Amino acid sequence: MPRTIDPIAEAIADAEGIPEAFTDAFTAPVPAAALDAGAERQPRELVIICYSGDLEKTWASLILASTAAASGVPTKIFLTFWGLQTFVKDSVRVTGRNWMQKMLSVMQRPGISHRKLSKMNFLGMGPWMMGSLAKRYGVAKPKELLEACQALGVELMPCQMTMDMFGLKREDMIDGLGEPVGAATVIELLANGAAPLFI
Amino acid sequence: MTTLEIAVHVDARGLSCPMPIVKTAQAVKPLAPGALVEVLATDPGSQRDFVAWSRATGHELVEQAVDGTTYRFVIRRK
Repeated sequence: MPRTIDPIAEAIADAEGIPEAFTDAFTAPVPAAALDAGAERQPRELVIICYSGDLEKTWASLILASTAAASGVPTKIFLTFWGLQTFVKDSVRVTGRNWMQKMLSVMQRPGISHRKLSKMNFLGMGPWMMGSLAKRYGVAKPKELLEACQALGVELMPCQMTMDMFGLKREDMIDGLGEPVGAATVIELLANGAAPLFI
Repeated sequence: MTTLEIAVHVDARGLSCPMPIVKTAQAVKPLAPGALVEVLATDPGSQRDFVAWSRATGHELVEQAVDGTTYRFVIRRK
């Protein structure tokens, strides 16, 4: 069986100290039809399920997505639950159609520039310190990474169910999001061999 | 040192992962095949990252050099 050339798998295999069983899952052979003779090698798709709205996890999702897209890996991010709130425009303060949805957005301010740390948030002191460390060490902020993702063609897929449950309207959301989709769309991508990350 | 014709210079000095790669990918994208891009970076991880990135994308890593704490890469667009 020929070894599959897969940039994600190679990157993971390159990392030190990762058990072989783990990397094996990424080097599973691609069906013969995908290895069309003479065709240019097409890297495996990456699907990031962006579930968390926490600052540190949002950061990780966007670092990986921008790097994957920069490496020629077709990359999609499925935005669901708290992860979808991140992609509300920074300028939108209150979202929702009824009082419960509105309360939710008041308690947890939406928008990429208003993420909180899952631990040690300390009323915004934690994120402020993270922001100033990021600046000092030349680490791009989530907003900058999101712009890079969009420039590099990362597809952002909002979850229809979360849109409905949180009462989010299309005009609340940032520009450049795709059509809202459901879990079946994500599962089809994964069933067809896309590499999944749940963050 | 080389006398190759560099089409674009990317100054990624002071930037952390993943921006040297992201900025390079954005600089490479609009160029014609065969064009050369020079990247300067100070992120020590970029030494490995540019090798992996060129393998993943198929762009050729023509040169890789270190000058003190600055890393220099020359990439040929595929």
